Amino acid sequence: MPDELGGLVTAARGGDRSAFEALVRATTADTYTLAFRLTGNEEDARDVVQETYLRAYKSIGKFRGDAQFSTWLYRITANCAANQLGRRKRHRHDELFDDAPLEDLAPEHDPSAQAEATNLRNQLTDALEGLPPRLRAVVVLRDIYDLPHEAIAAELGISESAAKVRLHRARRQLRERLFPLPGEEDEAHAV
Amino acid sequence: MRCEELADHLAAAEGGHLVEPTAQAHVQSCLRCQAELAQYRKLLRALRTLRTEVLTPAPGLVSDILVSIEAAGERSAVRSALRGRKLAYIGGVAVAGMAGGAAALVLVSRRRMRLAG
Repeated sequence: MPDELGGLVTAARGGDRSAFEALVRATTADTYTLAFRLTGNEEDARDVVQETYLRAYKSIGKFRGDAQFSTWLYRITANCAANQLGRRKRHRHDELFDDAPLEDLAPEHDPSAQAEATNLRNQLTDALEGLPPRLRAVVVLRDIYDLPHEAIAAELGISESAAKVRLHRARRQLRERLFPLPGEEDEAHAV
Repeated sequence: MRCEELADHLAAAEGGHLVEPTAQAHVQSCLRCQAELAQYRKLLRALRTLRTEVLTPAPGLVSDILVSIEAAGERSAVRSALRGRKLAYIGGVAVAGMAGGAAALVLVSRRRMRLAG
């Protein structure tokens, strides 16, 4: 999400609803992508995105601008997703939405390299979706969206050390599945 | 340090780099841990590439969001209007009370002046 949205953010902070609507239009796909990665399904992702913007709209006046707007929005999304997953915990369904359209913003020009990269990304996406939601959340927020441990812990309602433990566990599971060492292959394929 | 003890250090290595000197020393002399650390670096690089991908939501999401924001805006406007009316009502009652009190004081003081005269 580019942070060339400063003018819109300033206007929205001053109560300009049309500026906030422009921010929504500019950032929805990115917010939806994060919500989908955190929840693993389209229905929950849509609910999370709606809740995220509603909360952002109500609290945009408190946004100080000391963080990027995108980071602020990621934190709200992470918090809303944690709440949504908590509500869904009893009757969670883990269907994979393989038909979710993907748009690559930085396509490779070398077709074979592109095919290899696409293959790896697909495997990685599958592996991420196979993680338990609580592990998936920390690895997505830390290793894809680069949020600090402290922010992740705050938005997920856990301690910083618990966030780190989950992150290391998630990385290990992903590594064993995608890049197994000799002796780990059988375990990886059994997952 | 044994390889099993290093597992957490390898998974924790930010950017694939170890901080702990004892862990670094072990990896320098252990081919298996070097390979494992290299695989973590590949994993972190691959995860980073996902940042450039954007999923396209099904049509209608933006309009749903805008509708809910508009509804929230209207609710907030109604709340502030009601709050304004409530304040005006309380203010009105307070002013009327004060005026009544002042009138009573005037009447009492006139009556006392008549009795004294």
